[in-house]
Amino acid sequence: MVTRMKILIIEDDLEAAAYLAKAFREAGIVSDHASDGESGLFMASENSYDVLVIDRMLPRRDGLSVISELRRKGVHTPVLILSALGQVDDRVTGLRAGGDDYLPKPYAFNELLARVEVLGRRKGAPEQDMVYRVGDLELDRLSHTVRRQGRELLLQPREFRLLEYLMKNAGQVVTRTMLLENVWDYHFDPQTNVIDVHVSRLRSKIEKDFDQPLLRTVRGAGYMIKEDGRTDA
Amino acid sequence: MSRLRVLFRTTAVRLSALYLLLFSLCAAFLVFYVTAMSQRLLEQQTKDAVTAEVAQVEEIYARAGVNGLLRTLERRARQPGANLYVIAGPTGEILAGNVASLQPGLLDKEGWTGEAFRYQRYTDESRKETHVALAHVLVLDNGLRILVGRDLQEPEKFRVLVRQALVVALGIMGIGALIIWFAIGRNALKRIDRMSDASTRIMAGDLSQRLPMSGSGDEFDRLSESLNAMLGRIEKLNEGLRQVSDNIAHDLKTPLTRLRNKAEAALAHKATNSGYRASLEEIIGESDQLIRTFNALLMISRVEAGAAAAEMSDVNLSQSVADCVELYEPVADEQALKLEADVPADIHVSGNRELIGQALGNLIDNAIKYSDGGANPLIKVSLARRDGAIVLSVADHGPGVPADRRDDVVERFVRLDESRSKPGTGLGLSLVEAVMEMHQGSLELSDTVPDAENNRGLTASMVFPARSG
Repeated sequence: MVTRMKILIIEDDLEAAAYLAKAFREAGIVSDHASDGESGLFMASENSYDVLVIDRMLPRRDGLSVISELRRKGVHTPVLILSALGQVDDRVTGLRAGGDDYLPKPYAFNELLARVEVLGRRKGAPEQDMVYRVGDLELDRLSHTVRRQGRELLLQPREFRLLEYLMKNAGQVVTRTMLLENVWDYHFDPQTNVIDVHVSRLRSKIEKDFDQPLLRTVRGAGYMIKEDGRTDA
Repeated sequence: MSRLRVLFRTTAVRLSALYLLLFSLCAAFLVFYVTAMSQRLLEQQTKDAVTAEVAQVEEIYARAGVNGLLRTLERRARQPGANLYVIAGPTGEILAGNVASLQPGLLDKEGWTGEAFRYQRYTDESRKETHVALAHVLVLDNGLRILVGRDLQEPEKFRVLVRQALVVALGIMGIGALIIWFAIGRNALKRIDRMSDASTRIMAGDLSQRLPMSGSGDEFDRLSESLNAMLGRIEKLNEGLRQVSDNIAHDLKTPLTRLRNKAEAALAHKATNSGYRASLEEIIGESDQLIRTFNALLMISRVEAGAAAAEMSDVNLSQSVADCVELYEPVADEQALKLEADVPADIHVSGNRELIGQALGNLIDNAIKYSDGGANPLIKVSLARRDGAIVLSVADHGPGVPADRRDDVVERFVRLDESRSKPGTGLGLSLVEAVMEMHQGSLELSDTVPDAENNRGLTASMVFPARSG
């Protein structure tokens, strides 16, 4: 049993906060709630959380100032910013203030959950690992090679980056927008199913000649790479 | 009365008051100077005449003695307009001459009498008029005193005349200035009033109103002109805003109604759990589409407002195009289309990578959507320089857009009838245009194969202006 993730939600809309708390609880995440910037700042600096979910517009102290104050105090808990503002420049200012991820409102809960989980497990993420392994699949970040059952698979550079991101977050759901952001560095909505087509191409390369499926589609959410049979989280 | 106070507060009146004051001071100085100078000149002339007369008197005395002198002076004194002649004894009693009385003590001292003095003449005894004169006193060796003088009436008259002229001139000047003040100030006030009337009407909501112009091209007109240009811009922006809200009202109500209908339908039927589930999923899909439309609208208005202009930087367009083509290539492939790129290396523009990427994505997405049924499955993305400008175009071989509809398809929410069945928000090209406007460029639409019978295709070109730095 993995220790449960604990997060702090700083959100002034009580109804939204209650909904989030319930949804996170169902997903196995414990959450605390603060309804304004000052108390949020206090709670975030006094307690230890895995992730902070901070609304941008808050009473008493706005979200960005909470983040920069926390960073100034040396609190480096990963922060996800929620914002009802527009898209183009907001994201930049949010991330510049010290946020780690950004999600514009309105959002799908699955999207928020996937991002919070990825942020929360960042602590143990194999950032320094040069080789990622999922079952019999092996990705070498130095030599840029991918092997399965010892057999080398030939991937396009973008397919390699796609697989690298999926394997880095193995066992976690990764949404389409997360893939577009992290693999292509674009934050717009591509409208058509572009990401799906890329993933299915990748899937056919890593699964075609093998029995075990690794890359699965999570309905209504995104994708997850996981060794079959193990059932944690 | 407050109107008069307003008039006095105008710049024109204040300036002319200052000018009037300065001018009056100068005029007064000039007049006083001129009168003083001419008076001195006249006095000098008088003195010269008296000096000459004195010299003659001395000469006659030397030649003809006292009797001769007396005879000559008697004769001269009786001539009309004669100088003043007084012959007095050593004690000062008047013996002969043409003067009835003198200021006392005047004959005591030899030489110039110094200041002008008053006297009365014999000839006009009846009137007893007092005159002012300047004179020279001569003391003969037998004790007789001779005074030779000249009347100062002429210079005095001249001085009075000049003073009068000065007062009259200053008076006329003052009245003239007042009239001019009033005219200029009132004119300026009137125009300002007209302008503020117009602005009041504009503030009341009539943005089609313009400030009045006199057509003279003066400073008021120039001010009105630039204010009018500003009003034009505001009106255009306002019009755009109104159009957007109209469109929102119209085009968002439709999907909202659909959303509501679906929820109602799900409630009305005694559905199973899985039936509810399917309905809810449909509803989520529908609302995602709505959110997408909202986001696109917001994005367009923010781009149009120039909000994203702060995040402009150097963009490697070649790289962006390659990335985008690579992103969409599998989608095209899946629909049996061929997405081809003709991109020279290292073409840079100054811009916002994210927005350019999204705009190009929209164009490629459109090309993929509308390429079906065409004879040629090729979609070509090319990047080229044209007269210094950089042109990024996406050419498909689909049905294309008729020339007379090209302006329309760029408008928000406008979709040609043939494309209504396709998924989309009707905002794609609007966003591309807004993005290009933000980059001081333009979106150009043309036929891919202009001389084809049908399926001329559409070439959408993002034209970036030549780099200015």
